[in-house]
Amino acid sequence: MGMIEAILLTVITAATPLVLASIGELVTERTGVLNLGVEGMMVMGAAIAFAVTQMTGSPYIGILAGIAGGALFSLLFGFLTLTLVANQVATGLALTILGLGISGQIGEPYVGMSGTKLQPIVIPLLSDIPFLGPLLFKQDIIFYVSIALVLGVNWFLFKSRAGLKIRAIGDNHGSAHALGIHVIRTRYLAVMFGGACAGLAGAQLSLVYTPQWVENMSAGRGWIALALVVFASWRPWRLLAGGYLFGAVSISQLHAQAAGIHIPSQFLSALPYIATVVVLILISHNRRMTQINTPACLGKPFVPDR
Amino acid sequence: MLAVRSLTKLFGSFAACNGIDLDIKSGEIHALLGENGAGKSTLVKMLFGVLAPSSGQILWKGEPVRITSPGAARRIGIGMVFQHFSLFEALTVAENIALSLSPGISLSKVAEEASRLSHLYGLPLDPNAHVADLSVGERQRIEIVRALLQNPELIILDEPTSVLTPQEADRLFETLAKLKAEGRSVLYISHRLEEVQRICDRATVLRHGKVTGACNPRQETPASLARMMVGRDVASVSAAGTNTKGDVLLEAKHLTVPSRTPFAVALKNVCLKVRSGEVLAIAGVAGNGQGELFDALSGEYPVTDPAAVSIRGKAAGNLGITARRLMGAGFVPEERHGHAAVTTLPLSDNLVLARSQSDRKTFLAGGLLGIIRQAVVRIASKRISETMDVRKSGENPAAGSLSGGNLQKYIVGRELDRQPAVLIVNQPTWGVDAGAASRIRQALVDLAKSGSAVLVISQDLDEIFEVATEIAVISEGRLSDAYPAHDLTREKIGLLMGGMYGKTEGEVADAH
Repeated sequence: MGMIEAILLTVITAATPLVLASIGELVTERTGVLNLGVEGMMVMGAAIAFAVTQMTGSPYIGILAGIAGGALFSLLFGFLTLTLVANQVATGLALTILGLGISGQIGEPYVGMSGTKLQPIVIPLLSDIPFLGPLLFKQDIIFYVSIALVLGVNWFLFKSRAGLKIRAIGDNHGSAHALGIHVIRTRYLAVMFGGACAGLAGAQLSLVYTPQWVENMSAGRGWIALALVVFASWRPWRLLAGGYLFGAVSISQLHAQAAGIHIPSQFLSALPYIATVVVLILISHNRRMTQINTPACLGKPFVPDR
Repeated sequence: MLAVRSLTKLFGSFAACNGIDLDIKSGEIHALLGENGAGKSTLVKMLFGVLAPSSGQILWKGEPVRITSPGAARRIGIGMVFQHFSLFEALTVAENIALSLSPGISLSKVAEEASRLSHLYGLPLDPNAHVADLSVGERQRIEIVRALLQNPELIILDEPTSVLTPQEADRLFETLAKLKAEGRSVLYISHRLEEVQRICDRATVLRHGKVTGACNPRQETPASLARMMVGRDVASVSAAGTNTKGDVLLEAKHLTVPSRTPFAVALKNVCLKVRSGEVLAIAGVAGNGQGELFDALSGEYPVTDPAAVSIRGKAAGNLGITARRLMGAGFVPEERHGHAAVTTLPLSDNLVLARSQSDRKTFLAGGLLGIIRQAVVRIASKRISETMDVRKSGENPAAGSLSGGNLQKYIVGRELDRQPAVLIVNQPTWGVDAGAASRIRQALVDLAKSGSAVLVISQDLDEIFEVATEIAVISEGRLSDAYPAHDLTREKIGLLMGGMYGKTEGEVADAH
């Protein structure tokens, strides 16, 4: 395995949780709900996936538990913001803080334990392709799922009727309600999809990225995922590209250190956010496109009048 | 086809609709007339399943039905075109239409069917255009085509012409005639008496949630219909009609403003002059730059060139709203709630917010401390309410608790109370009942008679002809020359609205 291959492998590992968490948040935001609790849901997924893997010995059951944990945790956000119409920003922040706390409790007995690394699934024939084979077809299941999710969400949002309804709700929830679309129900489902994806992203962290439990191990990736959704202007393809770009940036500090290049690590960890700001400035020039892609109801509470 | 029996909707103890009876026959255009707040919208929302009735019955083809959702209404054959469009700006025309159809129809089929129907009824549409890029008239066509795709037997139109040019309205009337010829019924909600008389077979009049009359509108006069709506005679406004040309008090010279947002309109080389004693009315279809013009003239968004706007002969283009108020100008913006008034604050606080700088010495004490003299403010507030006949619950209620018409009277009165030399008003009687509208219009005319310069931006041609001494038309951010009001007809204004800007009067007449 060459040097470049090794670096690219680490990029894929670093990008996958970002892609996963942000594709879930993209769907949530497309329905007009801003869930700032990605970080909290992610770290919950990581703790639960690790704990369940340790208990059962099967990382696959751990992954499912992580997904379920993230989805259930997001349900709390859904209940507060959709049913009780609490402020989405405040609730999302609270969810992050709460998630960091509870995950610490769940993970406490497992601190310092070495985990079970999720084994790659080798796809026959395709994995024999030189260079690309080992990179793309000798990966763990979470990577395959992340790519499938991006493709699936892109098809779902822009080709399916349910996806059209989601975009309609995000654009104008009042009109959607008047058309008989179930705004609140759809938003609940979208919030839970976001939670499930964040939980899966967390499971990737504690089962693939660094197979162990460390408190606060999401380490700000939830916030990068949020930035990534805006960076991608709510389009799945751009999100995939942005996820790998951000993943490469976040892993570059390790490689830079190894190669003896001295770039302040603080600068590298700030890069995804700087990139987001730059992209926002660039796309703001084409305001029409921004307006068509940005969910107009993002963060606005919806109370049907009756 | 549709019958309504003693339908009532209570909001708390307030009856928005109180024992309404209504019969719509098949193949007729039935008008629902009434002032704002008369209960028209509440009634049709119940018919379309958006609101649930408190009591009473709806009969569809003789059978009692319960319409629990818009979907249920569409299934039995009721379609609706809302006043405030329920369109999704970020989606395409076809996607918007597909959303309201039963599932299982592919998007390409929807696009095909939509363009077929739109041509059949003379409503041309591009199914792949984004709604955000379309004009108001085109958006309404989407709503109509969307309703027609359901093949409804009854179509409800809520104030459909309020956003259209006269020509666009004519086209709509042709479409309605086609629908009627096919045996479909139309429930046409409006407060424009002339239209109702022109196209409707029967009319039901609502006032304060009750039916106050059912008639054949063609056998009534506008005055008798208005009496049914308002419950009393509506005072007619006596126009200014002053011929004395005073000094120019408000002037815009080559005012050019780029658009702030993708859907805003850029102002292109706008020139206007308003003299003392004049009421210049600016006509135009919604969304042609009226809001942007108001923002630039009032100083909500100052421009870089100071000379572009001058008030009483002094350059003011780069000054903010307070500075312009201090120069003797007054402004009444379009939106009452949130823009002209803070709805949760009492009237007196709203008065202070608007005039704390221009009437600093009167309203504030303590020099830099700026302590509000509540007693003085309350007296002023009371004076405004009395002069403008503002009806309110209690001495000093929250602005939001007033009805639209009464709040608008207060807001206009708040500026008039200062006797401004220049008054700029955007949509002075939008959504205001006929009684309040005539009071406001009279006040504007009186202000001009007393020597001020008044600029009225309005989409209501009736209003424009009532108050204006000069009329100009705004179209796509360009302002036509101003013509004396008595030289213009509705048709000429309609042509100018269509964008024939900058032509002389003769050319307009020729084009007609």
